[in-house]
Amino acid sequence: MRKFYGTTLANGLMLGTAQYPSPAILADAFQRSGASVATVSLRRESGADRAGQDFWALVQDLGVRVLPNTAGCHSVKEAVTTAHMAREVFGTKWIKLEIIGESDTLQPDVFGLVEAARILAEDGFQVFPYTTEDLVVADRLLNAGCQVLMPWGAPIGSGKGLNNLFGLRAMRAHFPDVPLVIDAGLGLPSQAAQAMELGFDAVLLNTAVAKAGDPAQMAEAFAAAIFAGRLAAEADPMEPRDMAAPSTPVIGKAFLS
Amino acid sequence: MNIQLNGKPQTTTASTLAQLLTEAGFGSKTIATAVNGSFVPLALRDTYELGNGDQIEILAPMQGG
Repeated sequence: MRKFYGTTLANGLMLGTAQYPSPAILADAFQRSGASVATVSLRRESGADRAGQDFWALVQDLGVRVLPNTAGCHSVKEAVTTAHMAREVFGTKWIKLEIIGESDTLQPDVFGLVEAARILAEDGFQVFPYTTEDLVVADRLLNAGCQVLMPWGAPIGSGKGLNNLFGLRAMRAHFPDVPLVIDAGLGLPSQAAQAMELGFDAVLLNTAVAKAGDPAQMAEAFAAAIFAGRLAAEADPMEPRDMAAPSTPVIGKAFLS
Repeated sequence: MNIQLNGKPQTTTASTLAQLLTEAGFGSKTIATAVNGSFVPLALRDTYELGNGDQIEILAPMQGG
């Protein structure tokens, strides 16, 4: 299994912490799925408010690795400053770098992404860039110091699955040694299994679990699909073919007509 | 002096960022700070002097995807 900045994860499920019906259900989703990474964020808090402090205590109790994000940032400066604040609060060099470039699709601003990734990598961050499947951008990100790439499956929160199978397959083939994570757009466990079958190392998702009728059970379903997908990838799947090929031997078949 | 704290106008007698955090009730909370769009690390809060019109951001852990 490919390592994430020297870290081997127990499994390929990176789970978001937003939009759950309650903190207890969030904790249950992590426990039942065994997710290895929790994504977190930073927001304003007043002196009288304790929501952020209580949330952080809950996440620490989960016992998983934390991946802070720069969600909602639209500029390099904003994202870099947020990353520095996140490093201090969460005590990790890991940062999910997200710079939004388009409001309808929440598509990453890949130009700003490369610039911010370079600044942060030079400053000692271990950057997980939320990007597209564009190979040229991917190459630039690696040159900027990223050692992990996180292409989108589909727009954030859309639940549409892997929109560009060709592009994602090409990315896997083009960067055989780079850990790749499908970040965003998954709606069903079968889509996560498909990502893993393609040889991806992990999937990062949030809405598909948090907005399910039973988030904890859906988290468990995703974990099972990710496990199945990884097993399948390691088992070297057969190549599809256009024409049928009988699986039952024809030699020795009785003449009965 | 007049400042903006998390986007809201406020008057303070604090002269440093650390004093402002105590005054505003942040005490020992897990937070990160920025002034006028630039990160101010924990180690510099005691000596960071505030100026009239400063925009201070105080961020805490929050749910994220």
